[in-house]
Order: sequence, then C-alpha cells, then structure tokens
Amino acid sequence: MTDDTRHLSRRGLLAAATLAAPAALAGGSLAMAQGAPKPMTLLNVSYDPTRELYKEINAAYAKFWKDRTGQALTIQQSHGGSGKQARSVIDGLQADVVTLALAYDIDEIARKAKLLPANWQSRLPQNSTPYTSTIVLLVRKGNPWKIRDWGDLVKPGIEVITPNPKTSGGARWNYLAAWAWALKQPGGNPAKAEAFVKELFQHVPVLDTGARGSTTTFAQRGLGDVLLAWENEAYLSNEEFGPKFDIVYPSLSILAEPPVALVDKVVDRKKTRTIAEGYLNFLYSPLAQDLIGKHHYRPRNAQAAAKYAGKFRNIPLVTIDDTFGGWTRAQKTHFADGGVFDRIIRR
Amino acid sequence: MSGSSKIHLPGWAPLIVLLAIAGMVALVVLPLAMVFIQALGNGVDGFLEPFSEPDTWSAIKLTLIVAGISVPLNAVFGLAAAWAVTRFQFAGKSLLMALIDLPFSISPVISGLVWVLLFGAQGFFGPALDAMGVKIIFTVTGLVLATVLITLPFVARELIPLMQEQGADEEAAAMTLGAGGWTTFFRVTLPNVKWALLYGVLLCNARAMGEFGAVSVVSGHIRGLTNTLPLHVEILYNEYDFVGAFAVATLLAGLGLLTLLAKSFLEWRFAGEIAATRRH
Amino acid sequence: MTLANVRAGRRRQAGVLPGFRLSMAITLTWLSVIVLIPLAALAIRPWELGLDGVWRTLTDERVVAAFRLSFGAAAVAAAADAVLGLIVAWAIVRYRFPGRRLLDALVDLPFALPTAVAGIALTAIYAPDGPLGALLAHVGVKTAYSPLGVVIALTFIGLPFVVRAVQPVLEEVDREVEEAARTLGASDYQRIVRVVLPAILPAILAGVGLAFARAVGEYGSVIFIAGNLPMVSEIAPLLIVIKLEQYNYAGAAAVGLGMLVISFAILLVLNLLQTWLTRRSRG
Repeated sequence: MTDDTRHLSRRGLLAAATLAAPAALAGGSLAMAQGAPKPMTLLNVSYDPTRELYKEINAAYAKFWKDRTGQALTIQQSHGGSGKQARSVIDGLQADVVTLALAYDIDEIARKAKLLPANWQSRLPQNSTPYTSTIVLLVRKGNPWKIRDWGDLVKPGIEVITPNPKTSGGARWNYLAAWAWALKQPGGNPAKAEAFVKELFQHVPVLDTGARGSTTTFAQRGLGDVLLAWENEAYLSNEEFGPKFDIVYPSLSILAEPPVALVDKVVDRKKTRTIAEGYLNFLYSPLAQDLIGKHHYRPRNAQAAAKYAGKFRNIPLVTIDDTFGGWTRAQKTHFADGGVFDRIIRR
Repeated sequence: MSGSSKIHLPGWAPLIVLLAIAGMVALVVLPLAMVFIQALGNGVDGFLEPFSEPDTWSAIKLTLIVAGISVPLNAVFGLAAAWAVTRFQFAGKSLLMALIDLPFSISPVISGLVWVLLFGAQGFFGPALDAMGVKIIFTVTGLVLATVLITLPFVARELIPLMQEQGADEEAAAMTLGAGGWTTFFRVTLPNVKWALLYGVLLCNARAMGEFGAVSVVSGHIRGLTNTLPLHVEILYNEYDFVGAFAVATLLAGLGLLTLLAKSFLEWRFAGEIAATRRH
Repeated sequence: MTLANVRAGRRRQAGVLPGFRLSMAITLTWLSVIVLIPLAALAIRPWELGLDGVWRTLTDERVVAAFRLSFGAAAVAAAADAVLGLIVAWAIVRYRFPGRRLLDALVDLPFALPTAVAGIALTAIYAPDGPLGALLAHVGVKTAYSPLGVVIALTFIGLPFVVRAVQPVLEEVDREVEEAARTLGASDYQRIVRVVLPAILPAILAGVGLAFARAVGEYGSVIFIAGNLPMVSEIAPLLIVIKLEQYNYAGAAAVGLGMLVISFAILLVLNLLQTWLTRRSRG
C-alpha cells in the first residue's frame, strides 16, 4: 500500500504544481488592481515539530508574493500540540490556515466551530497533505540495546519516551504505528495489539504533552532508551544535538499524513482568502517541496522525492484509513475518554 | 530587635543555620544559578543572541504592556479595598476579605480557563462578542484579564494589615481640621502606606510578568505577537534553543532579583517606619 | 487570608470618614468582574454534563488519582515548607551570621521567579543527569519525573509563604513572657515548647495554608519536572488542560470546580483551626 500512495502522490503533484502559480498570480493581479498594496499578515496555526520548516517556507512565500505583487506579507506562526492548537482555533484564534498533525483535529474545527466545510480534505490534492512522514525509533548512538523493531521495545529494562496521545498528534501516530505492527504480526488481532500497546506504555517513564517536550526529555535530559518520533524529528535531533543518535526503521510503520486547510470563516472576514489559498497551494510547488524534503519530511513532488529518496528508508506503511477506518473512528475507539488508551493506562 | 535572643540553644545554632543555608541552596539558590549558568553556556555572544531577535523584543514589549495595565488596576483596587475594609464596619466583611484572597487559591490554569469559558468562541458570551466583532481571548485583553485575576490580591494584602494597624485616627483628625476626603487620602493615608503600597506593587508586578499557566491558556502562542516573556522562554526551549531560553529567562530572574533588592533597600532605608507600622 | 484575619478585630474606629460608597463600589465591581463572574462561569459550565456526568467525571479513576497527587503532594510540600520555613525563619531572626541578609532576600525568590523558568531550572538540577539528580539517583532516589519531583517543585513555590508568615511573629514573640519564663527557671527547650511554639503556631498554620493553596493549583513549574504519567505523576491542573485540549470544556470546568471546592474547604478548616489557636494562646 505504500507504493500505491507513492504513485498517487506523483500523479497528484502535477495538479498541485499547476494549481499553485495561477492562484498566486490571480491574487497578485487583484492586489495590483486595488492600487498601492498594503502589507498583509497571515496566521498559520501549526503543530509542534514544523517550526523550522515553516520558518523557511514562510520566508520563501513572502518573497514569492512580494516579487509577484509588490505586496509585503508577514506570516505569523503559532506552534504547539496539535490538539491544543485546534482548541485555540475553535476558541477563536484567527488562523487563516491550519497545518496540523492529523486530520481529526481539523475535522473538529469543522464540526465544533463550523469554520470550514466538512469536506475540507478534498479541496487540496492528496487529501490536503502536501507531505507525509512516518514514525521511527530513535536510539542512542551505537544502539546499545540492539533495538531493531517494535517488539524490542517491551524487553525488560527498556525505557520508551513518547508524548501523551491525548494532547499530541505525533503521539497518536506513534500509538497507532505500534498497534498496527502488533496487529500485523502472525496471529495478530485487536486483543493482542491492545496487550502489546499496554505493555509498551508500561515502559514509558515520562509522558510529555508535545513531541518537542519528548525530544527534549530524551535528547537533552538523557532519559529513556528509545524515542518514538516523527521521522523528521529524528533527523532533526541529530542536527540539533549532534550525531548522538541512530535512527532505527521498524519493520512496519504508519503513513502519517499531516493535513493543511484554509479556515474559510476567518479568511473571509479578514479578506485574505486569495493570499491564504495561494499559500497552501505554494506548499505543493517545487520550491516548497524541496524545502519539505530538506527538513526531512517526505515530499509529494516527484522531483523533490527523488532528490531526497536516499534519506528515507522504504518500509511498509499502513494508513489510517486502511487499518483504522479513518480518523474519526480511530479517535473514538482509541483516544476519546473511556477509549482504549484510557483503558491501557490504568495499570 | 537586633540579636537580643534570649534563647541560645547551645550547640544548635550552627546546625540550624547550616540546615537553613543547605535547604535554601538546594531549593532556591541552585535553580537561580542554573538559569545564569545555562544562559552563559555559549559565552556572552550566545547570551546576547536572542536579544538580536525582534520576537524577543516584542515579547518584552508585550510583557511590559500587560503588566503596565494589570498592576495599576490592581493597585487602585487594593487601595479601595483596603480603605473600605479597614475604615468601616459592615456586615459580611470577613466574606469580602475571603473573596479578596480567593485568587491565591485558584489554579493559574483555572484563571485562564474561566476567560475561555466566558469569552471564547464557544463560551457564554462568545457568539455575542463575535457578532460585534470584539476579540478578547488570544488578544492583549485576554492576557490582561488572566494576569489581573492572578495578581488581584497582592496590593490589597499588603495594605490591609498595615492600615488596620495604623487606624483611622490621623485621618479623622485631618477631617476635623477641615480637610476634604480626597485631601485627607492623598496627604495623610497615602504617605502613611506608601512603602507597603510600593512593595505590594513590586510583588504584583513580578508575578504579573512571570505568570505562565494562566496566560498560556489564553495566548494564541503567536511568535512575536501574543507571546509574553515566559511563553517566549517556552518557545525558545521548544525550538531547542536552550541557551536562548535561559538567556531570556535571566531577564525574568533579573527582574525577580531587582524586586528583592528594591524590597531589601526599602526595608533597610525605612526600617524604622516599617517596623513602626508593622508592630502590633 | 489568615494573617489579616488575625490582626482584624483589634482596633475599631468610629466611621466618620468619607468614601465608603466609592471604595466599596470599586471593590465590589472589580471583584465581581474579575473573580465572581468568571468563577460563576466555572460553576455553571460543568452541569451541562448532568449531575451524574459531573459525578462520573470527578470519580473517574484518573481524575481521582490526579486529585490525590495534587492535594497529597501539596500537603507534603506544605509540611516540608513548615519545617524548612521554620528553620530558615529561626536562623534569620535569631542568629547573626555572614550572608544572613542575602538569605533573607533570597527567601522571596520563588515569589518573583517565573514558574516556568523555575520548572525548567529545577528539572535541569534534579533530572538524572543534573547535579543533584545524579547524586540522588546514585543512592537510588528518583526525583525528577516522579511524584517526588512534584513535591520538590511545590516546596519551592510555597517556601516564602511560611517564612514570611512566621518571621514577623517570631521577631515579636513576647520577650517579656519569654523573659518571665526564664526567670521562673524554665530551660531553653521548655521555653521553646511552652512559649515560642504556641505563639508562632497560628502563623505557621497561616503560612502553611497559603503554601498549600498555592501548591494545589501550581502548573508552570510542575509540568516540566513531573513526568506527567497518568495515574502516577499527572497533576490535576494538567488534567484540566488535557480535557480542554480534547474540546471537553464541561469536563475541564468540572475538574476545575472540584479542585476549587476542595481547596476552599481545606482552607476554611485551616482558618478555623488558626482562629481557635489564636484565641487559645491569647486567653
């Protein structure tokens, strides 16, 4: 199924690349027509590990926009746990675009605050996810515990660091990846998967609220033997903290699809629809796709994907839809109050 | 009240002093030292680096604005409350005093949460405010409200015991001599309580600038826009800029130290006055 | 609330002064807008879950565990503050030693140091790779990322309350009484137990009450050091944040209201106890 996604992504990319330029141009001519363009601001409310990525993308888009239209553009960023960020938007944070860790959080914005239509995910190519990622295991240099796969994490004495799935999007992907691996083992079934994940969480000594907190706990405080991490966070850790870690690709993981969406009610009020749409389309442009690859996310664009292909290991990846029946179901079964996660943490 | 202790506890004195110092070092001195050590981990240049970022300066500015609004409001409240409580008898006074103290026992998280419940888009007044185009949560207003709730009792608590001790005799005398109410307040009351007022304001200010939990709930965490200094520290920390985080934290620690210095100075310079007004 | 209460009711002035209405109006308006109305919102919101919904939320195993940790750790921290605070106050008031003024000034630092900064710094010290954490880990004590870490952070937060409550009273423990006891031939220890301790007990209680109240709700300094494991090291305020982030506003408000009611009840008891002790020592 990984290969399917890959193919799909390549096809979708053409559409994206063709989309980006005209939309931006349209916005540009509009701004021009109105005379001297006054400076604009956009607010991108995003999840935790995308700080470095959007810093570069925002600068690139602001330059792109300025070159095309002469209009100065500032893109403001807010980062935090995906759930917390969605909650802020629901409570009235004026985000023009949201770029969160998982579709469920944007679904909730659509459901609870009705700020965007329920079918938001079909509005942009590839399920509105301009890049994908996956979950890997980060271990200390030399892999002293010989961690090779998910099954090794529940060996006696191993300490695993992951954030809290209740508050962190990345942690939900971690949890589901572990679940999927256990499910796909010979003779695997939901009961066995639950038993495995329960055992896994008994090896967790610290449960931070966000992905960044966990990385700090693991890398800076030196706690734990394995960090369950976004692939991009794993690579970034070696850049930020020095080459102190090895990245272990498990035998199976999950295709994480962090989606992006326009917040209709906000852009209509702030009259930023064109520029915000242009921003989201820009994420699919070759330039942004290259930045995405550079920051260790898996690009959708074939060219960028080829350029960075050597970096990412090709392992079997399940998807949220094929294994868990989509986010709404996964959330309800696993992470809602009284769900499986609540059950397994009652020791 | 110098060292005229009548209890000597032979052999115990060094032990008690050592225990006190050890406890304070482990609990208070080390964390403070840690902040400065980590901040200087990359030398002076590394220390200064975050201050070349505009986002740091906007965080400083925002913190000053929020404290600059919250503290005077609570100072006026403190004076009014102290006047009402200490100069008049009325039913329900104990209840009123308990209410003034209540914010001390409210979790900072709750102090943020209540404003979300009231003014958030899903809150009681959210839809109405939205219709009027008024934004409270995720703006400076929201940050001020959360800060004001957290720091409400500080000035009142400093003033009430003092004004109670001083009594109203001087004010009553001024009034009989024909001074008006405001004149009496500005010429008699205010000079009498000025040091307690200043101390209360200093504490209130330190807490206002350092508050984290409450503002964290009502800030949108927009870099350079709705980040106060403590939130900016968290952001830098989460960007793996540990040196930068601690460098910015030294500002807040420095502010705390300055507050303590000012307080110690006040006590030293006006020891007589304060002792006189504090004595039972 | 307590120190003020002790001192209240000592002097009564005839109310010839003006400004009652104005000062009362400002006080009540401000209290209503800033404290009462927001707390009313907190008190109303949970009930959309229904009575049994609120009950289920508050009796949920995880919520109960968080309450137990928050109130338990706050109680332990307040007790630790009582001991350490008394020692520090005693050292500052009764002895002269180099650095005394510095020690005195540093007592207020936890008031002034932002809680998040304190949390990060304490974690750096008590984490297994920190200077004290390594030392303690060596003897097999896990500090950071355990309930003990929570207690450390809360003790830090509460220390000034006890010291500052005890200090003035200790300074003014009636020297005449102390002197009288001495002339009657009481030993130093007897005087401490019979005279000094009873006199400062209400002040200790007052400080402990404040330290406890502050500790129960503390968030910023705790989340960095706690470990935040559900059922083990997850504090109640964090649970409020988690419920909020799951869009469970009513549940968050229910936990908040529960916390508020319990801590208010505990403070009330402490207050009554303190009033009773004050009366007894006076009379």
